[in-house]
Amino acid sequence: MSEPVKTSHPIETDMVVIGAGPCGLFTVFEAGLLGLECHLIDNLDKIGGQCAELYPEKPIYDIPGLPFCTGQELTDRLMEQAKPFKPAFHLNQQAEALSRLDDGRWRLSTSAGTVFQAPVVVIAAGAGSFVPRRIPLAGAEDYEGTSLFYAVRRMEDFRHRNVVVAGGGDSALDWVLNLQPLAASMTLVHRRDEFRAAPDSVGRMRALVSEEAMKLVIGQIAGLHGEGDALSGLTLKTTDGEIEQPCDRLLAFYGLKMELGPIAEWGLNLERNLISVETEAFETNQPGLFAIGDICTYPGKLKLILSGFHEAALMCQKAFTICRPETKLVFRYTTSSTELHKKLGVA
Amino acid sequence: MAGKTAKVIAVDREGQEHEIEGTIGWSVMEVVREAGLPIEAACGGCCACATCHVYVDEAFLAKLDEPDPDENMMLDEAFEVQDNSRLSCQIKLSEELDGIRVTLAPEF
Ligand SMILES: Cc1cc2nc3c(=O)[nH]c(=O)nc-3n(C[C@H](O)[C@H](O)[C@H](O)COP(=O)(O)OP(=O)(O)OC[C@H]3O[C@@H](n4cnc5c(N)ncnc54)[C@H](O)[C@@H]3O)c2cc1C
Ligand code: FES
Repeated sequence: MSEPVKTSHPIETDMVVIGAGPCGLFTVFEAGLLGLECHLIDNLDKIGGQCAELYPEKPIYDIPGLPFCTGQELTDRLMEQAKPFKPAFHLNQQAEALSRLDDGRWRLSTSAGTVFQAPVVVIAAGAGSFVPRRIPLAGAEDYEGTSLFYAVRRMEDFRHRNVVVAGGGDSALDWVLNLQPLAASMTLVHRRDEFRAAPDSVGRMRALVSEEAMKLVIGQIAGLHGEGDALSGLTLKTTDGEIEQPCDRLLAFYGLKMELGPIAEWGLNLERNLISVETEAFETNQPGLFAIGDICTYPGKLKLILSGFHEAALMCQKAFTICRPETKLVFRYTTSSTELHKKLGVA
Repeated sequence: MAGKTAKVIAVDREGQEHEIEGTIGWSVMEVVREAGLPIEAACGGCCACATCHVYVDEAFLAKLDEPDPDENMMLDEAFEVQDNSRLSCQIKLSEELDGIRVTLAPEF
């Protein structure tokens, strides 16, 4: 996997793929067979989309020719299959703005400031970007970014603060352990006295609790208090009733959810947050802009991985005519074509 | 042909009660979703999202198996979890559960 090069110059390529889920990954392969290069963008810090984020350990039984694999195995296999085509990944960033250049190509920029210029953009965005689930309590937005956080950007923000971390997974426990030495006080709030996080982290957290270097509260956040954007305390609901907890930095980990995000503003035909496409090439209402996988809809659409693979293959045929208008495309099988074998690195 | 049915009473987030004839063998989430109520069920019933969180009426709570560790782990990511919180995709409708009353938990 190549790391994105930080450059102020736009990246020029054939296809920019938004989403590195199974359908985005298979696009690399199909495009590669036709000699087209892909750059992929994903908001997550890893590839695989829903398969890797929501069910890495759970089984999938309906991939043709692959009677059983887990979400993570499928991701690994797709990556292996795409490898000869050297896809470039731009992770931890959201595709934000899309515009048409004078020469007819697309200009796409991301939240990290990466800019792409390409004749073809493929939206393989699933149900949208994975973003943290926010606390559904009145006033929570007011505190967000100043005293309520869903990720740590700068550890310094937590120095000498009364920090409360909510959650029971690895992110929650890792940050408890990392921030505890800096914080004025550290409190972990979790619904029950059982943690999904790695046993080692849980052990270290419990040791800190017994040394009275931090506090563990079994309960849930029931209210936020403060003034303006400055949080000052929380109401916690515990089995012994409600308690007030001083807090000026809250770090909450309630998992991720998917949100369509900026794509909704791109002038596409949307039907209940899905993008309408035609079924010859899965092109949207804007030429050169395609949508495949869970994000697209058409009569008879099935949200299955195998449907997305089919969509990727057909889409790439049309994408080729846009990227290489002068070249005639010949249909060939991977079994027998020496040219394809060369591309696959097996010749 | 529809299979045998049992009644599910679902209370939406406005407090409105809906009486639904659900197919036995479907999950309560599927019954509620099929009836058009706003239950997100983002993972389609795989116990991987917690967006099918409901509160089960005490009378029926005892008839359900205890949540398994997977369900409990997902409930950790839900909000406003109570003692009668369950993930409705993990409750399979049966004759015994005829009349089960569930309240949709707040969305987030
Ligand atoms: C628990 C579970 C079990 C499943 N089991 C099966 C099964 O057995 N068989 C089957 O066929 N299907 C199954 N599915 C469905 C399958 O996972 C989806 O159909 C598939 O993941 C869709 O792939 P995709 O590439 O279209 O999108 P996704 O996998 O959703 O990936 C989309 C990616 O795009 C990213 N993204 C979106 N917008 C942006 C943006 N603006 N900027 C940057 N990144 C963005 C997201 O972060 C995400 O990583 C299951 C789903 C779940 C949740
Ligand atoms: S539908 Fe996702 S956990 Fe029930």
